[in-house]
Amino acid sequence: MTTPGAPEARTLLQVSGLRKTYRSGASELVAVDDLSFTLTAGGALGIVGESGSGKTTTARMLIGLERPDAGQILVQGEPLAATVRGKAARLARAKAVQIVFQDPYLSLDGRISIGATLDGVLRLHGHRDPAARAARSRELLAQVGLGERESASLPRKLSGGQRQRAAIARALAVEPAVLVLDEAVSALDVSVQAQVLNLLTDIRRSTGIGLVFVSHDLAVVRYVCDEALVLYRGRTMEHRPVADLLNSPGHPYTQLLLASVPRPGWDPDSISSRRRELAGPR
Amino acid sequence: MALLEYEALSISLPGTARPVLDGIDLTVRAGEVVALVGESGSGKSVTARAALGLFPAGATVGGRVRVEGTDLVGADAAELRTVRTGTASMIFQDPRAGINPVRRIGDFLTEPLRLVHRWSRERANARALELLAAVGLPDPVRHLRQFPHELSGGMLQRVMIAGALTVEPRLLLCDEPTTALDVSTQAEIMAVLGRLQRERDLGLLLITHDIDLAAAACDRIYVMYAGRIVETATTAELFAAPRHPYTAGLLGSTPPLTAPEGPPARLIPIPGAPMGLLDSAPGCAFAARCRFAAPGLCDQSPPPLELHGTALVACHRADELVDAQPNTLMREDS
Repeated sequence: MTTPGAPEARTLLQVSGLRKTYRSGASELVAVDDLSFTLTAGGALGIVGESGSGKTTTARMLIGLERPDAGQILVQGEPLAATVRGKAARLARAKAVQIVFQDPYLSLDGRISIGATLDGVLRLHGHRDPAARAARSRELLAQVGLGERESASLPRKLSGGQRQRAAIARALAVEPAVLVLDEAVSALDVSVQAQVLNLLTDIRRSTGIGLVFVSHDLAVVRYVCDEALVLYRGRTMEHRPVADLLNSPGHPYTQLLLASVPRPGWDPDSISSRRRELAGPR
Repeated sequence: MALLEYEALSISLPGTARPVLDGIDLTVRAGEVVALVGESGSGKSVTARAALGLFPAGATVGGRVRVEGTDLVGADAAELRTVRTGTASMIFQDPRAGINPVRRIGDFLTEPLRLVHRWSRERANARALELLAAVGLPDPVRHLRQFPHELSGGMLQRVMIAGALTVEPRLLLCDEPTTALDVSTQAEIMAVLGRLQRERDLGLLLITHDIDLAAAACDRIYVMYAGRIVETATTAELFAAPRHPYTAGLLGSTPPLTAPEGPPARLIPIPGAPMGLLDSAPGCAFAARCRFAAPGLCDQSPPPLELHGTALVACHRADELVDAQPNTLMREDS
């Protein structure tokens, strides 16, 4: 993909024709339908939608927690293994894509300190020398704005914002090609959320990691991402540069989402009727 | 007489370093829509619950909370009952936490009317149907027979609003009523609340962490930090010229939805984290996170709420920071 002299941005993630259905009894729910996108090094893609849009299912497929029914996920040209057998394959998949969840309690072990968590991840990924691991640990924590005190703390001793930074540091310790953030800042207070948003922007600039940022919050997506993809009932409504999308939303659903964001002079009365127009039989 | 009036309300819990609430002064008049904005742990929910005479167990309460003149601090059971079953109602964040999952919607809506107000079942049912229609639910007759799990979160929140209105309150307390809902559902719920508020001339206190939602829905905003009101102003005033560094910090931390072309301007977060109940400060509670904190001034005594322009502000440096040069608070390099 690269030509000498004018290197194009490296493709990190290539998703094509992704589909996931859930069956319960005779009924079938298409959670994600024909989803395709590409993410280049240092790029950030926002996946926007409301509950039931398929955005979390997408995130889970990207890290291999759900197996797609159709389509493929290529990370740096290699297919993301649908099944992994053995340690090497598991480590390789971990190095491809990492995730930060909304609730960092899910990704941090409550019984061991933040420093020990990072040390464990580094050891698992082949860093043999304890001194080098400690140094790398400190470096990772410094990158997310945490210090010695936080390193020695258990997750519950930290504030929500600090815990989410620790979860980001844990994900970065693996040096993944792609970082998926599933509503990772939604539970944070706005003053703390701003700290984490700036942190993500900085990490992206400095490491060239690719971000897939799953969120319901259009303003936050605008801040973090270059492109945004709007999902509605599993289907892609629009996929465009984020500034474009917000300045001139093309699809009625995007327009509805945008009109729903509270602001001075807001007209929530118009939302109900617009929503009814959109909602056909499911 | 104001509909709801807090006068120097303070609440302390044993084993904490600072009061949960410290001298809250807040007023909601009949027909007025007021927001109380703050981050987690600021005391906004405790403030709202106090308007129903609900105080944390084991708390020491000082000051006054009056609902239509009745002081709820030290009120007897009969007075509390009158306020809770006639004057004021509350809507919470999670509708599923406030409704019995094994009883029908109809039972939930008619129980207070039949048991407290001794209405007949027919009369109570008629009122419930009328309210379900008023909150915009499509099929009131069917909903009356349904169980909570048969309704979506947005629909159930409408049921909770209908429930809050059964006793025809004059004051509606809404504690993060849309936080658990999708944005387009949030807009619908806010539309319903706004319409009912106008039709019934309700006084409404909206508790929220979302300053944009507060701005969209309310005439006046109170900003709360670590158990104190730090600023109150009309919505327009607050957004045009935030006078407290914390208010300015909240606005600077919120990413804008629309902005000029090009990469968005960098957010200016407030450093540090909100103060917990186990921390205390002798002076301004926000001083530790404030770019403008002056040693020897801000760490001495808590700043009183004073009039600056048309806003009330609790900041030792409000005079020099804002009155002299408006909008300096919003600039990064000031």
